Amino acid sequence: MFKKILLLVIFPIISFAQSIVTGKITDKDNNPIPNVKITNVDSNNVLFSDSSGTFSLIQGNGSVNLVLEAIGFKTLEISQSCSQDFTIQLEAAEKAKDIETITVISDKKSASHLKKVTNTLNLSQKELQKAACCNLSESFETNPSIDVNFSDAVTGNKQIKMLGLTSPYILMSEENIPAIRGALQATGLNFIPGPWVESIQITKGAGSVVNGYESISGQINYELLKPIKEVPFFLNSYASTDGRYELNTNFKTKYNDKLSSLVLLHGSTRNDKNDMNHDGFLDNPLGKQVNILNRWQYNDVEKGIVSFLNIKYFKDEKTGGTLNDNSHADVMNPELWTSKVDTDKIEVSNKIGYVFPDMPFQSIGFQHAFQYNKMHSEFGETIHHMHHKNYFSNLIFNSIINNTKHKFIAGLNFNYDKFEEHIEGNFMGEFDRIDNSVGAFFEYTYDNLNDFSFVLGGRVDNHNRLGTFVTPRLHVKYVPFEKTTLRFSAGRGKRAANIFAENINILASSRQISILNENGKLYGLNPEIAWNYGVSLIQKFYIFGKENEIVIDYYKTDFDNQVVVDLENPQQVVFSNLNGKSFAESFQVEWNINLMRHLDLRTAYKYLNVKTDYSTGLLQKPLQAQHRFFANIAYETHILDKGQQWKFDATFNWIGEQRLPNTMSNPVQYQLASNSPAYNLINTQVTRTFSSTFEMYVGVENLGNFKQSNAILAADQPNGPYFDSTMIYGPVFGRMFYAGLRFKIKEPKENKVENQH
Amino acid sequence: MKKLILVAFVAIFGLVLNAQEKKNKNKKVDVEVSGVCGMCEKRIEKAAYSVKGVKSAEWHVDDQDLHLIIDETKCSLLDVEKAIAKAGHDTKNVKATDAEYAKVHGCCKYRTQEAH
Repeated sequence: MFKKILLLVIFPIISFAQSIVTGKITDKDNNPIPNVKITNVDSNNVLFSDSSGTFSLIQGNGSVNLVLEAIGFKTLEISQSCSQDFTIQLEAAEKAKDIETITVISDKKSASHLKKVTNTLNLSQKELQKAACCNLSESFETNPSIDVNFSDAVTGNKQIKMLGLTSPYILMSEENIPAIRGALQATGLNFIPGPWVESIQITKGAGSVVNGYESISGQINYELLKPIKEVPFFLNSYASTDGRYELNTNFKTKYNDKLSSLVLLHGSTRNDKNDMNHDGFLDNPLGKQVNILNRWQYNDVEKGIVSFLNIKYFKDEKTGGTLNDNSHADVMNPELWTSKVDTDKIEVSNKIGYVFPDMPFQSIGFQHAFQYNKMHSEFGETIHHMHHKNYFSNLIFNSIINNTKHKFIAGLNFNYDKFEEHIEGNFMGEFDRIDNSVGAFFEYTYDNLNDFSFVLGGRVDNHNRLGTFVTPRLHVKYVPFEKTTLRFSAGRGKRAANIFAENINILASSRQISILNENGKLYGLNPEIAWNYGVSLIQKFYIFGKENEIVIDYYKTDFDNQVVVDLENPQQVVFSNLNGKSFAESFQVEWNINLMRHLDLRTAYKYLNVKTDYSTGLLQKPLQAQHRFFANIAYETHILDKGQQWKFDATFNWIGEQRLPNTMSNPVQYQLASNSPAYNLINTQVTRTFSSTFEMYVGVENLGNFKQSNAILAADQPNGPYFDSTMIYGPVFGRMFYAGLRFKIKEPKENKVENQH
Repeated sequence: MKKLILVAFVAIFGLVLNAQEKKNKNKKVDVEVSGVCGMCEKRIEKAAYSVKGVKSAEWHVDDQDLHLIIDETKCSLLDVEKAIAKAGHDTKNVKATDAEYAKVHGCCKYRTQEAH
């Protein structure tokens, strides 16, 4: 039996999302059914539901096949795949002998807080499909913890913020291998197609030391589709009124019970020129992208081995700027301005995990990845070119001290980055450098099996530019009452900023670049160092029998040093070390209500106080709303016999005033107000599932048609001294409609009912 | 730095080798323990873990089985059973005394109710 559990146990080393899930079994009228015999087909483990109809099982990332049997009810076979609590309805047997398989109604939450020590929110594929969701950055649009903003008004890139800090301060990882770093730091999220993503785990606060020292405000891990679990063929196509067309196809090949491979293809293009805010500039750049991923997965349950191999390639080209292209003209037309961004990436990554056959609590894992990124950007007369080669490897050992109340993870990792960077324009420079670091980490987890657990981790790294340093992190979880969970976290992060790649949007302006060189080892500047502290409370309660959940959290990030990007002079951007204070405070209250069966309402209010000492004094970070209100309502109908279902989803965002950088020294026509106006955004989507293999969806983004009119400063003089496309606080395109379809071919195994999606 | 890596390597592989040498350091045993609810589960597992040498203890209400991984050089199955009986739960080979049984919470009186 233990051998069979190995598969479940081995996943945590590779993807740490293992958790205990609770299932509830009810009859048609939602009355709990006790004493239902639940057989885990994979492990042959048998358990029974208790008097409230609930049972629990430990679930990793693999799906679990269960058979449910109860006297007077039809026997049911289900495949439960996401690590989330769920509800199953059994249908009364018409005759005593009736043991037919019937439909399962699942009420899994699509976004749920994991029961881990860290404050981690899991977004399942169901949640990700609520947004138009072309790429990973847009996947966060239905989530209040993450802000999604355009980085500028020409490249169409979207950037995310968590706890008031932009993505460089969030450690992004793809199945726990650091991703979206270096050259692609600011743009990388746009190159992960949404339909490739299986789930996302958002951890607020310090995070684990296992994935490195770079995380400051939190960690976001995304899991890609797994070859073994996928269907043989999947197709998704998408078109929107802003001229974007996408095609995603997945092909799976199963070689035997242990080996499967998956080919994921993504192609997208935008050819239509749009200028909805009438500033003479394209609202979204024209472009095309080809993105290919081949994954191989090998699982040997008996021997306790799991391995993955990924090969990835993509090429993306974007052209933005004025409606008329200037790139081929012989004589420069002062009214034309063009931006071009070409991005290429090749990546090979591999991981292998082994669970000791006699000790399900002990495992060893090794992961490594090589990637080559090339980004070539032209913004008018400014050229930025960057080659980034990276090798990352991580050896992880999981075991216990005396017993499973005391677990530890120890390991070593190595990271190599080679940057070849070149910038020319109003600022010239070559910034080639090689960074390498070696680190050792140890993380201890204590669980008293009742109400208290903590994770204490530390790592020591030796980096050729950051020096030798220690990164401590602590997470504590306390459950004083059944429905109350308290968490605390604290930790330190340190990172080497790639100032141009992270602020590439700055180049889409006429601002004079300068670096206040202090002989530091990174562009003359020092590494960024910050401490993050936070507390959170989750309280569940019932009002009139409806489940309510309140989540309150407060986090503060304090910078010891930061690369300050000072935009307070409208003709300049100054990069300097922090001279004074810089902090980000975030306070969020979330109230989630299950109004009735299949109808969920989520609401949130967020307050951010992000201040930095600029040359002109301590100021609120520009282009950052201090107050934000969020609401999401989701309704779905019962799934009918053949899988037919309707799903409705609407998200409302109120974005408060944002401070705009000082433009008082500009001529009057190029001055901005000191604050942007507050505005609303409403996105809605309807999905119609025709059968378990085919569904279509239509949606509207920005239903209220809000448009920022002056998104580009001095749009009439793009080559003049006042041109600036980075003062963007809202959408420029306005209302956007989209439609898409999803089609899949299932494996020929018809006696089982999938209850996912 | 190099020394540090070496030390870490030795530490990790030392653990690995050590653990593989003697199988009986990770002896898997299942034993029947009586109980009825989640509270019982916590009490039983806590009692099992109180015995030095118990590495993993999982009790399931449905089949009344306690799945143990124990280090046989440090304790025996009987030691664990005794500790559990002392906490008020009957095991296959050791019964709790009436005084010990009297201490378990009202909802955990497994001698008078069926598992639910």
